[in-house]
Amino acid sequence: MESRKWILGLALALPLSAIAQMPHFSLSIVNHRFEPSELTVPAGKRFRLVIQNKDATPEEFESRSLRVEKIIPGRSKGTLTIGPLKPGVYEFVGEFHESSAKGSLHVK
Amino acid sequence: MLGSAVIVFRETLEAALIIAIVMGASRGVAARGRWIAGGVALGIIGALVVAAFAGAISEAVQGRGQELFNAAVLLVAVAMLAWHNVWMSSHARKHVEEMRHLGHDVSVGAKPLSAMLAVTALAVLREGAETVLFLYGLMATGGRAGLALGGILGLMGGTGVGVLLYFGLLRVPLRHFFTVTGVIVLLLAAGLAASAAGFLVQAGLLPAIVNQVWDTSGILSVGSLAGRMLHVLVGYNDRPTGVELLFYVVTLVTILVLMRIFGARSTRAARAQAAKEGAPA
Repeated sequence: MESRKWILGLALALPLSAIAQMPHFSLSIVNHRFEPSELTVPAGKRFRLVIQNKDATPEEFESRSLRVEKIIPGRSKGTLTIGPLKPGVYEFVGEFHESSAKGSLHVK
Repeated sequence: MLGSAVIVFRETLEAALIIAIVMGASRGVAARGRWIAGGVALGIIGALVVAAFAGAISEAVQGRGQELFNAAVLLVAVAMLAWHNVWMSSHARKHVEEMRHLGHDVSVGAKPLSAMLAVTALAVLREGAETVLFLYGLMATGGRAGLALGGILGLMGGTGVGVLLYFGLLRVPLRHFFTVTGVIVLLLAAGLAASAAGFLVQAGLLPAIVNQVWDTSGILSVGSLAGRMLHVLVGYNDRPTGVELLFYVVTLVTILVLMRIFGARSTRAARAQAAKEGAPA
């Protein structure tokens, strides 16, 4: 029983520590806009994108080309794992405020 | 107003389509309406609770609590749908006969009904939580009257499509009915499993294997209404990752094999029973 718990813990800890070692990039949401609205990231690498929502209202970070969708509740942050990506421009929006919350990821 | 209608419509659509399929698949079962309504009610309560703790869930497990939660909800729904199909594969024939002979609904016991309740509750929970959060956000920024109207319009639209699907299903002749709903449930389960894989990739817990197996977003985008409906119903994806495709195929094959095994077992049992009854005469 004890050893099973230990194995389970290890199984969870290994991928989590691998994630911790990935390069990470940050975005903020302020007044339903992304700051910065353009972000440059390296091609061919997995990375973490930390999104901090500084507004009081929730936002849904969504990108069809990146294949991600994630709700970021008001005044909190969320992390996404993305890539490895081919070079190019990948657009994303805040689905709940699509008219203002727009941005793009430039993969080089 | 239109914005809120569109978003609520999108979120409602998925749950409404799943409920329509569940309604179809449990056709002829006595008291299914009560069980499914119970599932919707539980789902709404769950959605409110999840929305209230959204911040805590989102920040849990290094900012990937939401993905883990979504993947878990999806995988439980897949298990329930699989179990339903396996159960039906050994009971469908008898079920149709009883429906014909009795001319009224058949009681099947609480087990298959509780699986349907769970699938309904989980669908409403996942989509409902997002709707609640979205509406809360709009409320916090004002524009209440338009918001309420938009939300109601969206809800009605999504529910309307679900109702259409249900009545479309009912036009299938009874002889083929459970074969058709069985195939739909099978594809639905495979699609939900693929979505779960997508969330686990997003959480960084699974590799994508291949980042984009194909790109048909130019032909049929998942963003369009038709694409979205196909996404829910058969798991259509315009840009799937390798691991999503793998989850889809493995789920499909696993459920099919289980259905074959249990279906064959019940056919053998029925034959043995018939032989026994036939012997004394």
